[in-house]
Amino acid sequence: MDWGALHTILGGVNKHSTSIGKIWLTVLFIFRIMILVVAAERVWGDEQDDFICNTLQPGCKNVCYDHFFPISHIRLWALQLIFVSTPALLVAMHVAYRRHEKKRQFRKGDQKCEYKDIEEIRKQRFRIEGSLWWTYTSSIFFRLVFEAVFMYAFYFMYDGFRMPRLMKCNAWPCPNTVDCFVSRPTEKTVFTIFMIAVSSICILLNVAELCYLLTKFFLRRSKKAGSPKHHPNHENKEETKQNEMNELISDSCQNTVIGFSS
Amino acid sequence: MSWGFLHRLLSGVNKYSTGIGRIWVAVVFIFRLLVYIAAAENIWKYEHDEFECNIKQPGCENVCFDHFFPVSHIRLWALQLIMVSTPSLLVVFHVAYRENREKRHNQKLYKSPGEIDGGLLCTYLISLSLKTGFEIVFLILFYKLYSGFKVPSLVKCDIRPCPNTVDCYISKPTEKMIFLYFLVVTSCLCIVLNLSELSYLIFKYSIKCYRKRYIRKHQ
Repeated sequence: MDWGALHTILGGVNKHSTSIGKIWLTVLFIFRIMILVVAAERVWGDEQDDFICNTLQPGCKNVCYDHFFPISHIRLWALQLIFVSTPALLVAMHVAYRRHEKKRQFRKGDQKCEYKDIEEIRKQRFRIEGSLWWTYTSSIFFRLVFEAVFMYAFYFMYDGFRMPRLMKCNAWPCPNTVDCFVSRPTEKTVFTIFMIAVSSICILLNVAELCYLLTKFFLRRSKKAGSPKHHPNHENKEETKQNEMNELISDSCQNTVIGFSS
Repeated sequence: MSWGFLHRLLSGVNKYSTGIGRIWVAVVFIFRLLVYIAAAENIWKYEHDEFECNIKQPGCENVCFDHFFPVSHIRLWALQLIMVSTPSLLVVFHVAYRENREKRHNQKLYKSPGEIDGGLLCTYLISLSLKTGFEIVFLILFYKLYSGFKVPSLVKCDIRPCPNTVDCYISKPTEKMIFLYFLVVTSCLCIVLNLSELSYLIFKYSIKCYRKRYIRKHQ
């Protein structure tokens, strides 16, 4: 159980996202999670060992380190990535619920249910409209909120995104104002700026996806208002396109919420 | 054998759970197990090495660390995750037992072996109660062992062989406290989910029983 498991879980959701959503997921896995695991963790690996204060007073180093780094960058990034990835599961859960309802209808022998067998329900794609559209849009909204909150938390806690080389500390038991030196400040600054830049790109992608969904929604509404007569062929084409998106939920439900199987 | 094993076990449990049960599994995997492995483990990794006492007396640091951390937070956290996840296996075993029975008798004994009714409902309710019980027990244990959920930056120690009252400094106390609170919040969330699921199932099946009796009376 590690980031690979999260990758498996979110991989199912990927099939059913919009193109912008797929790009977002790729950016998340390659430029954030992979960079975190492969590079950033090593840079911050020796952060307390190599945090050196110009004093022999026992305890001074511990206290100063705790004062300047209440929560380490690397842990904050890990939490940010976990929180930002989770809203996608809302969509998967909603689809699983819809599918469950259809299966129940089918088993009761409801005449409204037009499916021939359970397999068809499993493969059936639901339209992203109505409550499902709201779930999808809410998940993007939550992603944006979490990204913004964590970026602000970074900025607030560390007074900007630069890692200073030297910090002056006079917390007890340090006998006076003591110089403390951070290990690898430049490398840490580079990675911090990189992660912030990629976060910003992810925010832009989420905003773009939100705008795209809203535009599609309003266009659909204006089309319905403008053309009350239904053209079956045209509607079918639209449904097929929508169903490509809906393929998501059907399969993602199997892979994610229902089984969590890899 | 690692956390992946628990992950695979619980993925199997997911199939026989209610909707709330699946949300519980998702919360346990993502907000507890993943946070533990990706973030929390590293904070406590060098806790003994970084625990420093203002004394050169050999053995004093060891004794003081042992006194203040009889069981490390991170180990308690791991135990809690394991104990809280395991009652779900009762349901898996019961379903396997039902399927075996059907095979042995070579006939359909149940509407569906995975459907939560009859004996399986009792097993499910017992597993929910055990999960809730374990969560509460571990939260109380954390509270009692560490006098609340705070991690102090300084502790005073005067156990032999320390010659007098010595100042000992804990590493990363703020970060540890933040993650402890995170653990408490997710535990409470899981308790709430378990209790909701318990109430939902009891309510659902009481209504079912009441309806059956009502129909019989009228017949």
